[in-house]
Amino acid sequence: MWGEARLHVVTGKGGTGKTTVAAALALSLARGGRRTLLCEVEDRQGIAQLFDVAPLPYLERRIAMAAGGGEVHALAVEPKAALLEYLDLFYHLGRAGKVLEKLGAIDFATTIAPGLRDVLLTGKVYEAVRRREGGRTIYDAVVLDAPPTGRVARFLNVNDEVAELAKVGPIRNQADSIMTLLRSGLTVVHLVTVLEEMPVQETQDAAAELVAAGLTVGAVVVNMMRPPELAPKQLAAAAKGALREREIVGGLEAVGLAGRGGTAASRAARLSRLATALAAQGRDHALRVQLEAGQLELVQALGRPVCQLPALAGGVDLGGLYALADILADQGLSGRGPA
Amino acid sequence: MSDRPVFDVDALLDDRSTRVVVCCGAGGVGKTTTAAALGLRAAERGRRVVVLTIDPARRLAQSMGLGELDNTPRPVTDIDRTSGGSLEAMMLDMKRTFDEVIELHAAPDKAALIFANPFYQALSSSFAGTQEYMAMEKLGQLRALADADASNPRWDLIVVDTPPSRSALDFLDAPQRLGSFLDGRLIRLLSAPARAGGRAYFKVVSAAVGTAAGVMTKVLGAQVLRDVQTFVSALDTVFGGFRERAEATYRLLQRPGTAFVVVASPEPDALREASFFVERLAAESMPLAGLVVNRVHQVHAEELSADRAAAAAEDLDELGEHALTAALLRIHVDRVRRRERELALSARFTGAHRSVPVVDVSARPTDVHDLLSLREIGADLAKG
Repeated sequence: MWGEARLHVVTGKGGTGKTTVAAALALSLARGGRRTLLCEVEDRQGIAQLFDVAPLPYLERRIAMAAGGGEVHALAVEPKAALLEYLDLFYHLGRAGKVLEKLGAIDFATTIAPGLRDVLLTGKVYEAVRRREGGRTIYDAVVLDAPPTGRVARFLNVNDEVAELAKVGPIRNQADSIMTLLRSGLTVVHLVTVLEEMPVQETQDAAAELVAAGLTVGAVVVNMMRPPELAPKQLAAAAKGALREREIVGGLEAVGLAGRGGTAASRAARLSRLATALAAQGRDHALRVQLEAGQLELVQALGRPVCQLPALAGGVDLGGLYALADILADQGLSGRGPA
Repeated sequence: MSDRPVFDVDALLDDRSTRVVVCCGAGGVGKTTTAAALGLRAAERGRRVVVLTIDPARRLAQSMGLGELDNTPRPVTDIDRTSGGSLEAMMLDMKRTFDEVIELHAAPDKAALIFANPFYQALSSSFAGTQEYMAMEKLGQLRALADADASNPRWDLIVVDTPPSRSALDFLDAPQRLGSFLDGRLIRLLSAPARAGGRAYFKVVSAAVGTAAGVMTKVLGAQVLRDVQTFVSALDTVFGGFRERAEATYRLLQRPGTAFVVVASPEPDALREASFFVERLAAESMPLAGLVVNRVHQVHAEELSADRAAAAAEDLDELGEHALTAALLRIHVDRVRRRERELALSARFTGAHRSVPVVDVSARPTDVHDLLSLREIGADLAKG
């Protein structure tokens, strides 16, 4: 899938695990000897925490090897450093940059100016996507851990913001070239969600906004899926709170969970209590499974490829990231996916 | 876990000297829902409440009967009024609030000039920090309205939700950052040519300014600079220091009667944010009422350990019978393990912040759709 794409933007509502998915995607895209760059732009150092390394400086460095000899590099894009780099690169402003910093101009441009900050952040990513060495691009793919769904369309749509402010001039030119890349077949935006109402709603809204902004929506990654434990018929009964206690008790007795102490009556009471508690937990589970099934239908109705990732027992660690990368690759989200 | 102080939500809400409750925390932890549930509970316990939400999910807004975006408080009907309380709710419209500030302070012709400036349009709709700034502004307005008639106030409690920022700290930092920018040296220098000019310090740094202005013209383009300059000088004549305004709202948050409620989910990121926020509040002498750990999973069958249940489920699988019981046991194993993980994360927080009162709110199998579920969350918050 998306064999053309060189820039993979990953977004999702807070709490859906977009950084985890971005990291797993960078690993997946690096399989088979390729090289990817994983970028973050929100000063959160989420990548460093995920890979369990020291906070990333404003420097690209290798942070992981992928299956089959590939490499994942990482970069935490910091707007201030990006601006000074940009000024130096395009205007050769060594000392003048310092003067600007003293006057608060750098703060202005990087922390509060609308659009400019996003131009700088996306500009650095743009530069990494296009950087070449020895006649070929340095990175086979760049994965951007982007701002959350609520803000992503505005973030990627920097041109509109800047166009309001800068009708002509170098910033405008830079914004225009970034938009050309973002709107080309080289860029796809993947949406990460979990099967709850609010994140799915936001995913639907973001998909519509992105399309309206002329951007390409890639896959919808459904994260932290948990398989239903109950068979369909039991699920329906459990959701209604109509599981038969006697049936549950029968199973508990069969594996000796009645215990040995006490009278027959107290053992029966204990089993009944346990069965009731298990049925209550079963009901919560069933209600959630039903809700998730409905939400999955909404996600599928978006008409984009849907990738499903399991919840990892015990949270995400490095091993878990590789496991998720394998699953993404199996579902076609890798550098050499099925045609 | 047992020795951690318990966050007594009802005591906070019932205390008439509590005038402002600010809910803060990382994005996606259920901040807005918590704010709404606190507001409803306070109202049904006799307070006159207004809830200021920032960006509520549609369903949550509908559950309070607020179908459409509106920048003024509207009464939430259908609440239980037997205790004499009332509930109003509103959603912040950042641009509208900014426009109102301008309209309030500027002569109509000046206001029109500001509204037409492209820099103002960008500032009022998308400046990073504007949402936080305007949330503070709105809070100040609501507070002033509440204080206007002390004998019969429209509200005696304001519950504020905070904007969904990338970090919980943005809410505290952004207004001051924006204020100091609008009030800062850069802006003075930028707007200097548009004013009388010739200030002493201006001469001293004029060489640097010359370089800076040259560079900025080169980078930003002359037109952008001109727009910024006209905007700033227009704004400056309209009303005094932005920074002062930001500082005044900041002080409001330090006043007795304000209480911060930090909201987190039992996840590493959310609890880390909560820790940062708790430390920051202490550093700024802002009163922290407690931590709400949202969406905690409850275990009903406490007496059965995960290991025992897992072994029993395996035994049943081997027997090839009692599939239902085996499935319920596996659900139990999953719950217990999840709960253990949540407890460990929570314990890490409590270990570092022993004096912070905490309350857990149970995860719900479905989302909030109506006042009834908001009321249940409120009861859960107050169970102590």
